[in-house]
Amino acid sequence: MAEVPAMSHDPSYDLKIPVIGHDFLRAGEAASRIKKVLQALNLPPQVIRRASISAYEAEMNIIIHAYRGQLALKVTPDALTLVAEDEGPGIQDIDLAMQEGYSTAPDEIREMGFGAGMGLPNIKKSADKLTITSTVGQGTRLEIVIRIS
Amino acid sequence: MDYFHSVRLDKEKCKGCVNCIKKCPVEAIRVRHGKAEIMEDRCIDCGECIRACPNHAKYAERDSLQELTVFEYRIALVAPSLYGQFRENTSPARILAAVKALGFDEVCEVALGAEIVSQAVREYFQKNHHLRPIISSACPAVVRLIQVRFPALVDHIIPLESPMQVTASLMRRKAMQETGLAPEKVGIFFLSPCPAKVTAVKSPVGGVPSEVDRVLAVADVYGRLLENLRQEQPSLTRADRLGIGWGASGGEVAAAGIENALIVDGIHNVISVLEEIELGRLVDIDFIEAQACPGGCVGGILNVNNRFVAGVRLRHLVRDLPAREPLSERLAAFGVPMPKVPEIKVEPRPIVRLDRNLRRAMEKLQQVQALIEHLPGLDCGSCGAPTCRALAEDIAVGKALETDCIFKLREKIMALAQETYNLAQLVPPAMDQNRTPKGGERDAT
Repeated sequence: MAEVPAMSHDPSYDLKIPVIGHDFLRAGEAASRIKKVLQALNLPPQVIRRASISAYEAEMNIIIHAYRGQLALKVTPDALTLVAEDEGPGIQDIDLAMQEGYSTAPDEIREMGFGAGMGLPNIKKSADKLTITSTVGQGTRLEIVIRIS
Repeated sequence: MDYFHSVRLDKEKCKGCVNCIKKCPVEAIRVRHGKAEIMEDRCIDCGECIRACPNHAKYAERDSLQELTVFEYRIALVAPSLYGQFRENTSPARILAAVKALGFDEVCEVALGAEIVSQAVREYFQKNHHLRPIISSACPAVVRLIQVRFPALVDHIIPLESPMQVTASLMRRKAMQETGLAPEKVGIFFLSPCPAKVTAVKSPVGGVPSEVDRVLAVADVYGRLLENLRQEQPSLTRADRLGIGWGASGGEVAAAGIENALIVDGIHNVISVLEEIELGRLVDIDFIEAQACPGGCVGGILNVNNRFVAGVRLRHLVRDLPAREPLSERLAAFGVPMPKVPEIKVEPRPIVRLDRNLRRAMEKLQQVQALIEHLPGLDCGSCGAPTCRALAEDIAVGKALETDCIFKLREKIMALAQETYNLAQLVPPAMDQNRTPKGGERDAT
């Protein structure tokens, strides 16, 4: 499935990119595409940086933990919103998952240098607002808002 | 803003092919009116297009030895990579003597400044712990690449002047003291391996005028250097092997003694590393030594020797040269105090690809996405843009037309031909022999 740009007259820009669980060969591709879009929109460099880091960590979370999911980007004149939604195991304890260094990634993934337990903390640091909803056994949804000022 | 570029086009030689547009790391070239046009706001003077052009239509603007007459006291600065340009066992003392014989009063190795900067890099790491990774400022093409394509990473660039600038200011001060001449009478000539250094001198990143007055290409004086390689002047050698090692990839890291460093060369490889940093990765690496030319400065396009051969020569030299007294002692013997390496401030210079205004940029980006769906996606370059995406962006900003794509043009011609054919099929009833009596229908497809 290709990225689907929305064609509307609202002053907003939408992009949806599917992400497949355990597809390490393409790890970072969705985040790179989002970054390129934000660069094309000429957003301030630090906004692009924070959004890129958030998108990358969210994408990696789906690749490491979930079966499948997608990253959705929405840019309006005031803010950009990233929604990462997945079908996967969900998060048992969100507070614990927010702690730096806490990870449920299996050993073989940690050996690849991923799953260091910094994903959600890094997103929190980069975002102006982070909302996590998760149902164990079903999946997780992250909503990341970064203001453009 | 007026911005000097050293990389230029010789229109006579340009055939309008796609080699340079495909190799440019910042997509700064378009073929227009049969010639490659460089977009000045994007070009970083890395010289990749010079490397790629089969017709030698791209060249690097630089100064000539005739400029020697402009100054009363003339100093040549020699890049460390120069030592890789000669036969094995050609000593630095011989090479420096040959450079001096070009008509200079004094010669100094930039490797000396490299040692001073190496020490400053070490000190910087002892004092600064908060931001990682830190990126070297030594390669001017990489610094400019970051400014235009990775503007969020300018804070990662180590805020230290380059060895060339440090050596130049040290030598000017010394020359003024010894000769009593005014600063403008002292001419400092850098013997450069690359066009990016020419730009670094004519349009310095920090905005502070460069201490280097003129930049010569190694290739331009190489023949005369070979002729002059007769005598040795050991007194001209002041640098240690660690400073000389800066001439090839990995030399800076070795000289600064940074354990946890990533070394990358070749501009497209550098881009892949910078992309990682932009995604928040590589925070566990302390230092990135990034050089635009493959192999480091020995791979500079104004050098002469094959870059692999030059790399080996330089490594052998670094291996075989005896260690010298500490830097401070050598500087004292040379009669100069240990200089403080000036700080530089690198500002972001992001490329505006679509529009400064966010709303208009969003509209144009939607247009770009829709265009990409229709373009063939072959990235053939025949339209004069390096990729279909670049063409789509050019169309969105009004600098190109969809029919610039030869495939779209063919489609349009095909549709037109079909329409012409269809019209030709329409015969007036008075002439139509095959028309059935009952049917009122004519095939009017």
